[in-house]
Amino acid sequence: MENQRSGVGWWRFAPPAVAAAQPQKRRSRPLIRSAGIRFALIYAVVFGISAFLLAFSLWYSTVGLLQRQVEISIRNDSIALNEHFTTGGLPSLIAAIHDRMTDALDADGIYLLLDPLGNRIIGNLDQWPVGLTETSTWYQLPVKRHGVNSVALLRASTLPGGDQLLVGRDVRARAELRNVLRDGLIWALGLMFALGIIGAILIRSLFRRMIRDISTTTRAIARGDLTRRIPKTGDGDEFDELAEIINDMLERIARLMDGVRQVSNAIAHDLRTPITRARTRLEDASLHAHSLDDLQSAIERATQDLDGIVGVFEALLRIAEIEAGSRRAAFCKTDLAPMLHDIDELYRAVAEERGLTLHTQIAPELPLLGDRELIQQAVANLLDNALKFTAPGTTIDFRARLEEMVIEITIADRGPGISPEDRNRATERFFRAETARNTAGSGLGLALVAAVAQLHHGTLHLADNHPGLRAMISLPLRGEALGPKPQPPAKG
Amino acid sequence: MRILVVEDDKDVAGFVVKGLREAGHTVEHADNGRDGLFLAASENFDAIILDRMLPGGIDGLRLLETLRAQDNATPVVFLSALGQVDDRVKGLKAGGDDYLTKPFAFAELLARVEALTRRGKSDGPTTRLVVGDLEMDLLSRSVRRGTQRIDLQPREFRLLEYLMRHAGQVVTRTMLLEGVWDYHFDPQTNVIDVHVSRLRQKIDKPFDLPLLHTVRNAGYMLKAEEV
Repeated sequence: MENQRSGVGWWRFAPPAVAAAQPQKRRSRPLIRSAGIRFALIYAVVFGISAFLLAFSLWYSTVGLLQRQVEISIRNDSIALNEHFTTGGLPSLIAAIHDRMTDALDADGIYLLLDPLGNRIIGNLDQWPVGLTETSTWYQLPVKRHGVNSVALLRASTLPGGDQLLVGRDVRARAELRNVLRDGLIWALGLMFALGIIGAILIRSLFRRMIRDISTTTRAIARGDLTRRIPKTGDGDEFDELAEIINDMLERIARLMDGVRQVSNAIAHDLRTPITRARTRLEDASLHAHSLDDLQSAIERATQDLDGIVGVFEALLRIAEIEAGSRRAAFCKTDLAPMLHDIDELYRAVAEERGLTLHTQIAPELPLLGDRELIQQAVANLLDNALKFTAPGTTIDFRARLEEMVIEITIADRGPGISPEDRNRATERFFRAETARNTAGSGLGLALVAAVAQLHHGTLHLADNHPGLRAMISLPLRGEALGPKPQPPAKG
Repeated sequence: MRILVVEDDKDVAGFVVKGLREAGHTVEHADNGRDGLFLAASENFDAIILDRMLPGGIDGLRLLETLRAQDNATPVVFLSALGQVDDRVKGLKAGGDDYLTKPFAFAELLARVEALTRRGKSDGPTTRLVVGDLEMDLLSRSVRRGTQRIDLQPREFRLLEYLMRHAGQVVTRTMLLEGVWDYHFDPQTNVIDVHVSRLRQKIDKPFDLPLLHTVRNAGYMLKAEEV
């Protein structure tokens, strides 16, 4: 609950567009819109209500108990006196009342016996209390006792002879106790309110300090400084968790931005060259061609150049599509082994044509949840590379095996390889090692392989084959692919 | 053949129409979806070349869906700038028979359109294919040329079968990759050329008259006469 709320609070804080467009408005945000104040107030109100309920029930049960005890003693007293009257008549009753009045045991006892005419027979009240009109009903009335004002709980009854008996208890002390309790509660409530406000201010400043890092960082990022990260407090609390999530997100954004930058640089540099070539050819032909054949061959070659450029575009778009991860939706269970055998068959002829030996070892079953077509293309790219760079008379190793829940597809050649310092950059778009500059190719092949591996939560690992390049695609099985029956690959 | 071209770009449409006419086809052209649908529904065509993004309120997909809903089974080739895998799948799902992404080579488009119309005609099950003196028995999976029996690897057999089914037509490398190997991308290596030349070694080398011809800038063609 609190987490969720703090999330909401952060979001309100964060939208950079709003922050940039209306800085004044944000600064003068009314107090009630501060999430910190809201939490503090909610806390104070909940705390206050529960404290009040607790105190009130305490007060109510204490006062109620006292009241009930007084009522019980009055009732018992009244019954006892009535019995005295029934057994011994009026004299017995008078004696009993007298005893009770002189007995110091209950100093709060109030008695008054009037004859049918209203004259006082015995009792410690000066007169019949004003307002007491009905018998067998509880009254709490002010009385005058030995000339002293007081408050009493009273109950009157009419005796068979017409005499009226009033029994009661002085409750002034108890009423005072009740007032003290009530006052105490009111004070406590006020104090609680004050504490709530102080708490609100404290919590608010605490809260602001905690999200200040987040808001300053995100604001800096919104302004374009993508290197900023939210510092972690190291407490491992919810804010640390949030900081970590946001940092991960920023990391991903930075990577994507980097990719975009790479691609735009690549387009600026690497596509300019073939476009220039095509343009030059056409212009040259239009200016200097002497025959129709010249013209036609120039146009043909320029068309080929343009096809090459289109190919580069398509490869770039494909890599972007793969990196976006949307193709995961189309993953299905498939056995890679037959597909790899097909590729082997397709390339074996080419290898033989070039005087190379393709040494192939493919495990009988390689079940995977993935995109068969993309893996096909990735493997084909690696074989294309191996064929392109390997000298005749050597061997290319093509292996695929399932080891510890990971499918490893290895293609190792005996070509020039990639130098260790270039290996990390080899999967970047348009990267071409110095040794490969003069061969045909766009420099996108390995980038696509890496993207395909990444899409399947796997890796592309490039290593030295002493000599040559050993490229390994590792595709982890993720449980779901191990179902009993892999579906046959879809045709078409 | 009678072909309908529904394409709004004037240059592309002009180029395609001209090329198809030069190849000996009768061509109608519509430059928006509404006219295209009207023509396609009211007249008989052997094939339709259909752009996906069209003006006139009806795009290529809608047009094709409407057409298929009327039980019109005219073969349709999509010719679209939308080239992602999803786009392709959508086009084929809507009832398209083939999907070609712009920019395209005219030879590729022509080869695919002609291949489609041929496919439409021979719906019944064929058990025997013949080109010149080359015979293929699909049941016993055997190939003979004249009196001589030719041994082929399974893949070579499928390659030859594809070529024979499209005998007399240009077959591009991409079509072979898709039709024989089920590949939907272009390898950088000339894999197809190598396989075709191996096949040629077996079916043409020992004989006087070559059947398997290379068509420059386009692909291959299996044909009994000279190209």
